[in-house]
Amino acid sequence: MKELIKLNISDALAGLNNKDFTASELNNAHIDQAIKYKHLNVFITETFDRAVAQAKIADENYLKGQARSLEGIPVSVKDLFCTKGVRSTSASKALYNFIPTYESKVSANIAEQGAVMLGKVNMDEFAMGSSNLTSYFGKVISPWKALNDPKELVPGGSSGGSSAAVSAYIAMAALGSDTGGSVRQPAAYTGTVGIKPTYGRCSRWGMIAFASSLDQAGVLTRTTEDAALMLEAMMGWDERDSTSLNLPVPELRSATKGSVKGMKVGVPTELMRNANIDPEIIKMWQNSIEIMKAEGAEIINIELPHSKHALATYYVIAPAEASSNLARYDGIRYGNREEVEGMNIDEMYELNRSASFGDEVKRRIMIGTYVLSSAFMDAYYLKAQKMRRLISNDFKMAFENVDVIMLPSAPTAAFGIDDKPSNPVTMYLNDIFTIPPSLAGLPCISVPAALSSNGLPLGMQIVGRTLDEYNTLKAAAAIERGCKNINFVPRGF
Amino acid sequence: MAIIKGNTGDWEYVIGLEVHAQISSKSKLFSGSSTKFGSNPNSQVSLVDAAMPGMLPSLNEYCVRQAIKTGLGLNAKINHVSIFDRKNYFYPDLPQGYQISQFYYPIVEEGSIVIRLQNGNHKTIRINRLHLEQDAGKSMHDQSPTASFIDLNRSGIALMEIVTEPDIRSPYEAGEYVRKLRSILRAVGSCDGDMEKGSMRCDANVSVRRAGEPLGTRCEIKNINSIRNIIRAIEFEAMRQVELLESGNTVRQETRLYNADTGETKTMRLKEEAHDYRYFPDPDLLPVEVAQELIEELAASMPELPDAKISRYIKDFKLTEYDAEVIVSEEETAQYFEEACKVGPAKLVANWLTSELFGLLNKNSINIKDCKITPKMLGGMVKLIEDGTISGKIAKVVFESMFETGHLPAQIIEEKGLQQVSDSGALIKAIEEVMLENDDSVVAYRSGKDKLFGFFVGQIMKKTGGKANPNLVNELLKEKLNN
Repeated sequence: MKELIKLNISDALAGLNNKDFTASELNNAHIDQAIKYKHLNVFITETFDRAVAQAKIADENYLKGQARSLEGIPVSVKDLFCTKGVRSTSASKALYNFIPTYESKVSANIAEQGAVMLGKVNMDEFAMGSSNLTSYFGKVISPWKALNDPKELVPGGSSGGSSAAVSAYIAMAALGSDTGGSVRQPAAYTGTVGIKPTYGRCSRWGMIAFASSLDQAGVLTRTTEDAALMLEAMMGWDERDSTSLNLPVPELRSATKGSVKGMKVGVPTELMRNANIDPEIIKMWQNSIEIMKAEGAEIINIELPHSKHALATYYVIAPAEASSNLARYDGIRYGNREEVEGMNIDEMYELNRSASFGDEVKRRIMIGTYVLSSAFMDAYYLKAQKMRRLISNDFKMAFENVDVIMLPSAPTAAFGIDDKPSNPVTMYLNDIFTIPPSLAGLPCISVPAALSSNGLPLGMQIVGRTLDEYNTLKAAAAIERGCKNINFVPRGF
Repeated sequence: MAIIKGNTGDWEYVIGLEVHAQISSKSKLFSGSSTKFGSNPNSQVSLVDAAMPGMLPSLNEYCVRQAIKTGLGLNAKINHVSIFDRKNYFYPDLPQGYQISQFYYPIVEEGSIVIRLQNGNHKTIRINRLHLEQDAGKSMHDQSPTASFIDLNRSGIALMEIVTEPDIRSPYEAGEYVRKLRSILRAVGSCDGDMEKGSMRCDANVSVRRAGEPLGTRCEIKNINSIRNIIRAIEFEAMRQVELLESGNTVRQETRLYNADTGETKTMRLKEEAHDYRYFPDPDLLPVEVAQELIEELAASMPELPDAKISRYIKDFKLTEYDAEVIVSEEETAQYFEEACKVGPAKLVANWLTSELFGLLNKNSINIKDCKITPKMLGGMVKLIEDGTISGKIAKVVFESMFETGHLPAQIIEEKGLQQVSDSGALIKAIEEVMLENDDSVVAYRSGKDKLFGFFVGQIMKKTGGKANPNLVNELLKEKLNN
């Protein structure tokens, strides 16, 4: 039998049902793996004792024949989901000691299906970053290394703890969140599958906000089928989130077994001609087109003329919302508090917030405050809102002719932790492919589609129509099948 | 229109008011927390009100309905789409770091209120907008020498901000506007209008100008908490501005605070110190969509509004316009009046209500709700006047006794023996006694001195302790004297 940690969720569920092994055994194997790879710095807070107790309950449920859809499956949870009684920090000093009295809707949903939480995983501070280098709790190291190169690589971000946990076989799935690519880009960097559904499918209640109009929960897994299983449990209407969609949760698992014969796949060819894209990415893209053709899909050229403005648009809207969302971290009611006796309230705010936030968060708060100021509101925020609508319209037009759109998840493979660009804009360019569909609120998935010449995984992104997670997964599964001979396992695992 | 007499000539007031009215609702605007007044500090605070991480607002539809009803009561346009914006600023009693308000697209626009002026004419005050917003918490600086305390019970309570155009031209008009607005809010049931508890708070924008000239620079006076103080604050502020202008200075645009103890306003912050609130649409909330059917449904369920009530009182109860307006200006008074009218004649009820009862209430600083004279008692008493059981004079005694003891009029009359004497036997006896005691006058009367008739009536009244039925006395006395 395969090592327990190497199983997919669907196989593990079959094994548990079949009493091949117990949930306790399955979880203990993952806890052992977590301890073995502690140096990757995946967890901010480990909850192994709790996981052991939960696994016992899972075993009882299997014995009673009352197993739920994710009964006993060990998962990790990005530290921006508030978890009752378990510290939830969003990887910020501002919340380094914050223990919620409530459980986020999405983490509650998977717990209700019997998933076992191993711990809260690392991330970029307040989900701002593409490298997991901005965490107050330290960088996360990817389990991947390039061929013949010992340097440590980033796991992507902001859901870097999530991608590292799944690719290092520490968790079978990891909850992440995606604002501009924070699930898809780390998935691409680590050879895992990362999906974010349509904006509004998952409740944001209890998820620490970065940019409310873009934030959406997502999940990282090792297969598209596992992603479907997880997503089915995560989604659902929540009256406490006004932006959540009051729609039934679709069945998704069958999508990953479906054929793409006759499916119309859009490819924005003008983007492919962009000189800044790594030739290896172009190669993957072309190979994926061949896979889709071989599976019977029809490739159609599309145009997304406004997408070239997406990055600028995003870096106005997301910081604007963040500057307001993060105003509550003032040290008055919870979280980090710094004060010196005799200070007035403004001095206390200044000291507190200066000490509580890292550079990237401060940078975005300042950008956001600037673009919303009365003198610049029209020039930046309002213009960005208009551009966001134009970008969304591009997708709407394109989807009149195609069922899904296929483009890379990231412009390069994972970069070295020490190669962090000094110019923040270079870092922002990482999200150049993921941001356009985020602005349109569309469902997207990243699926591993190639190994680069130096042996690092590359990810292909499928974007679906609003609410069409089904075809999004179906197309991703076709690429997954086409790449089944590629080994997306980090060397040494 | 009132004129400010300056040293160099006359000045005109230009006033606009912003009233913050707390919506009558059991729960807050964006959370399920209770809005109960006077609860223990921080006992009515949800995770949303305290702005815990990851918490989201969800709109209380009841508050939206209340705002729509109020808009209808103000003859205003109800917008089918309105949007909540964030008003960003840091303050410890504002847990989110922003207030959720409606800046760009309010739910109600273009309303009006008609007020009655001192000369009996009417004037329309235009309302620019009514928008929904959440209240902040309360900072308490007097609980500890080293720390400020915060009570978040009020945090998130629903407010309607109702803003006029600068149509108000005197402190009196300002007072009348607030009074009328309050009576409309109370009639609609969207705000209890209790200024003492802070359910209604007022900011006044005041400027002065020479008649016919463009608008002057305005100052905003914050958080005035009674109609009396609104009038005083405006009077003080306008005079301050006139004095500045007449001495060759200019008025600085600024926000000022009114001090009720000194009757003065003082600088709170200058225009240059004003916050940049960075208003933008709250991405946590969807636009508020109000269907025409909802507006129609609410319009159909609207209670009678003050203006309609005034017309009805004039038409059905034959009240004077003045009495009708006075009674209607307070919803509680109107309710009292109508209750009393179920028992006694309306015209008499109105007279006793607006003169005697108001007098006693004012003198004793009592609210009509807390008065021992119930509407039924007042109605019962005037009924006794009407049917001749007591005279108007005796009624005053009964009335004062009711006010003190809360006893029923019949009981007081019984206890004090105040029934009118309408027994002709007893009256004839009294008449005969008076005639005997004053035989000179009887002779004089009979020889043509008709004027003495009043003298005899007075004597008889004196003898009966004022209880004699005056009509019967007249009739019987005439008979006796002419015999």
